[in-house]
Amino acid sequence: MAKVVYKVKDDVSTDTIYPGRFMATVLPAETPKFAFADDAEFNGRLQRKEIEPGSVIVAGRNFGCGSSREQAASCLRGYGLTILARSFARIFLQNSVNLGLPTITVPDLQAGTGDELELLPDKVVNKATGKDHAVTPLPSARQAIIDAGGLIAYTRKRLLEKAAGKK
Amino acid sequence: MGMTVVEKILARASGRASVKAGDVVEPAVDVAMSHENAALVINQFQEVFQGTGVEPVVWAPGKIVIIFDHRVPAESSKTATNQKKIREFCAKQNIAHLHDIRGDEGGICHQILPEYGYVRPGQVVVGTDSHTTSHGALGAFAFGIGATEMAGVWTLGIVFNVEVPGTIKVVVKGEFQRLVGAKDLILHLIGRLTAEGASFKVLEFHGPVIKAMPMSGRLVIANMSVEAGATSGIVPADDVTLRYLQKEAKVRDSIVPVKPDRTAVYDSVVEVNVSDLEPQIACPHTVDNVMPISRVEQKKVQQIVIGSCTNGRLDDLAVAARILKGRKVARGTRLIVFPASARIYRQAMAKGYLAELTAAGAVIMNPGCGCCLGVHQGALGDGEAALATTNRNFKGRMGNPNSEVYLCSPAVAAASAITGTITDPRKGGK
Repeated sequence: MAKVVYKVKDDVSTDTIYPGRFMATVLPAETPKFAFADDAEFNGRLQRKEIEPGSVIVAGRNFGCGSSREQAASCLRGYGLTILARSFARIFLQNSVNLGLPTITVPDLQAGTGDELELLPDKVVNKATGKDHAVTPLPSARQAIIDAGGLIAYTRKRLLEKAAGKK
Repeated sequence: MGMTVVEKILARASGRASVKAGDVVEPAVDVAMSHENAALVINQFQEVFQGTGVEPVVWAPGKIVIIFDHRVPAESSKTATNQKKIREFCAKQNIAHLHDIRGDEGGICHQILPEYGYVRPGQVVVGTDSHTTSHGALGAFAFGIGATEMAGVWTLGIVFNVEVPGTIKVVVKGEFQRLVGAKDLILHLIGRLTAEGASFKVLEFHGPVIKAMPMSGRLVIANMSVEAGATSGIVPADDVTLRYLQKEAKVRDSIVPVKPDRTAVYDSVVEVNVSDLEPQIACPHTVDNVMPISRVEQKKVQQIVIGSCTNGRLDDLAVAARILKGRKVARGTRLIVFPASARIYRQAMAKGYLAELTAAGAVIMNPGCGCCLGVHQGALGDGEAALATTNRNFKGRMGNPNSEVYLCSPAVAAASAITGTITDPRKGGK
């Protein structure tokens, strides 16, 4: 069971998830501090570790639009959050897959803060409303990266395959 | 079956006779661009090689271009240290195309790439910046990627598992009114398509208005295609492209334009007639919140920004200088100008534009992203509003979540600087 701890609307940009003024901070170990930095309340709860890993952020359409900054994915991954959205912007979705931030596309998602959700491979069950919401599977091309444990591991695997091929 | 421009480019780059939307390919990369976030790319790149016993060497140093533009000169010791780390990495890896903080060859990545002829029609261009879509203006397939994905490109020279995007054909007809142009067109189009209307797709631009549009305008529409969610915006290469590459970028080798097949299959076709188009304004806090200027006229603004990767080109500065020549920036409003590159800065100086703009009260900054991403050189105060020729107006974009950003063309920005309120440039005398 996963609890919804935060709910945002449509078109939440990476400027909201990780404001540009903190972009000089790049390392995944250091970015979580600035997650949703302009919302002092939520950022504070994250930093004080009041939010359990595995908790869910629920978003509307086009979550993560805007900049390609990878910090927007790494800062959320640092807290072990899962993101459910009606749809995601392309670069943010790819960055999440690459870094291992769980993102689930649920086009007709209806859930509010405090709801308990059951996250299944093909659907999300909202225990608060009793309703099921179908999950749009990730494009198969992305699955290889997730299966490898993220893009660094996947690239390493491909590098070693290439190196072995040359011998 | 015929192919769109992006299908042709991806077929060539992945060694196939043909591909169609939805196919998964691994295209070879022709240009890999990064800016200050190369610091993160370096970190991820080194991590890839850890424990492999393979020497960490980039796949093709000549295809990597790094440009310092996001925080120049460094606004903090952290940035300065990142820039130092990048310089050292470039020296070690023989990456010669490093555009450092210099008044002769520096500038914003999305101006430097075309200006120096790094981008050619038909190429696959990736950049760790969402506005990499800009380079579709030269008929390339150019798109933004994250830093870890770029580490993969630096390692093997390919982008993994790319789905060939579908294409929306945009046909632009009619004739612009005086002081209405490319920026108004793309804002209008984003308003129509919405912020995710072209998500995971390519916008391919056609029609007489595009044919007649100079490279400065094409770069604007390709730059902002991402604001409709598009993976890329492509203007198929033509005579304008070839002339630009030969004259401005001094490209001497042969250039082969990639045209779509007549039988290409499009997801949809969107027609725009610009003849009645008013100047357009994107209102806070989303880029698709677009209105004709008549609906927001006289809104008071405290800061006006002309420049950036969207509108900091010589044509943009020329329009602004023409409108502001002999006039004054209104008291209570500050006008900040960011030329897109050092070359443009010097051209604008030689033509007298910078003198005219400063005499009017503008502050000319060094080429760079400046206040557009809210780091430095023009943050907004609580409750303030900015009118900017930049490309994003998200909440907090200019460094303060308690402020507003309106987006517009250079002509609107210049006319509004005189009044201190959002002003239709067509109503002025010039």
